[in-house]
Amino acid sequence: MTVVAPVTPLLEARALSFHRQDEPVFAPLDFQLHAGELALVEGDNGSGKTTLMRLLAGLLRAGEGELRWRGQPLQRDDCAGEIQFLGHQLGLKTDLSPRENLRFSRGLHGCRDGATIPGVLARVGLRGYEDEPVRRLSAGQKKRAALARLLLLPATLWLLDEPYANLDRIGIALVNELLAEHTAHGGAAMVTSHGAVSFHGGQPRRIRMHE
Amino acid sequence: MSEHAASLSRACAAMLRRDLLLAWRRRGDIAMPVLYALIVTTLFPFALGPEDTLLLRIAGGVVLVTVLLAMLLALDAMFASDIEDGSLEQLVLSPQPLAPMLGMKILAHWITTALPLIVISPLMAAMLHLPAAVIPVLMLALLLATPLLSLLGAVLVALTAGTRRSGMLLALMLLPLCVPAVIFAAGAVAAAQQGLPWLAPISWLAAGLVLAVVLAPLACAAALRIALDA
Repeated sequence: MTVVAPVTPLLEARALSFHRQDEPVFAPLDFQLHAGELALVEGDNGSGKTTLMRLLAGLLRAGEGELRWRGQPLQRDDCAGEIQFLGHQLGLKTDLSPRENLRFSRGLHGCRDGATIPGVLARVGLRGYEDEPVRRLSAGQKKRAALARLLLLPATLWLLDEPYANLDRIGIALVNELLAEHTAHGGAAMVTSHGAVSFHGGQPRRIRMHE
Repeated sequence: MSEHAASLSRACAAMLRRDLLLAWRRRGDIAMPVLYALIVTTLFPFALGPEDTLLLRIAGGVVLVTVLLAMLLALDAMFASDIEDGSLEQLVLSPQPLAPMLGMKILAHWITTALPLIVISPLMAAMLHLPAAVIPVLMLALLLATPLLSLLGAVLVALTAGTRRSGMLLALMLLPLCVPAVIFAAGAVAAAQQGLPWLAPISWLAAGLVLAVVLAPLACAAALRIALDA
């Protein structure tokens, strides 16, 4: 008989809400996210999915409620570099090649054990495009280059805002594979999407944004 | 271990290298302020007449003001592209402290805009018949005044980052801030021209620069965080 120890969640939100000019952007949210878990944030356009992601990433200051990281009230210094955010703007320099972009990110963040720049670029299907300026890549390929950054950098929690946008069927499968691998290695991820998504490896936790 | 960890020095080097590389990819943009400065200094003798005594008197001031105005041309592009393409968000979320990273960005910006102007400043001064003995003082004054302007400008660019068409506002806000820099730099050049000691105004410039080097990146970081928090 095994006794399951109470595990502290990686990220926990208690009555989290955000106001813009005194208007609540989303209703108070409660959720927990454990290591190895994947959460799907669902909601219609304008329901505050992106705001929630930017809030969790630390780009916005929380309105009310509490955010806890590994059981402690979230301090940005404690979790710096552990959270990776991928939003609508990919954060790639279009004049530089994917390789140069990743080299810069590696300089800032360090590098996941065993990950190499050619390795992660090949993993996302950009072999042969390593030295092409990002400007010349298609929208889907740019997205793939940004996904390669997630693979390269040592982060525990991925916050992906609409990662499926602009991707073809193979690309969508790729994102699902990457998410499955990441959670299998003890990482966690939150993904927003307004489309139907199928994940490998079990049911994701669902966080419903309601008006 | 050391290969995977990201130290501050490594991050600073990466930042500087990326911004210099980006500037190199757009070499035409670097040439623009240089061309502007050259054209302006060429036009002065045509407009005022080629009298040595007159040109001699205004040469130092003309070069200084031209260099500072040429720098203004490129100033508002300092953070614009980073905000647009999301690089700034990635930078804010990186484990590195934001202020030194922005300091590196400002340094890269100074290297790509001000340094070429300083390099051609002896040519500009010679075109206006500034005595050769004064040119080193002029260059020293520029070496101290231009980074001061870059740093002060960066703070203002960061403050106006969220607003549209910030160029006009930026110019208006920067004007009072560059007045002291111009006064001290021109004072040093004028003193050197008259054979007086010029160290005092240069020291004032250096003191201002030291203060700005420490404080401006911190102010930039705070202002950009606010710009993102919207």
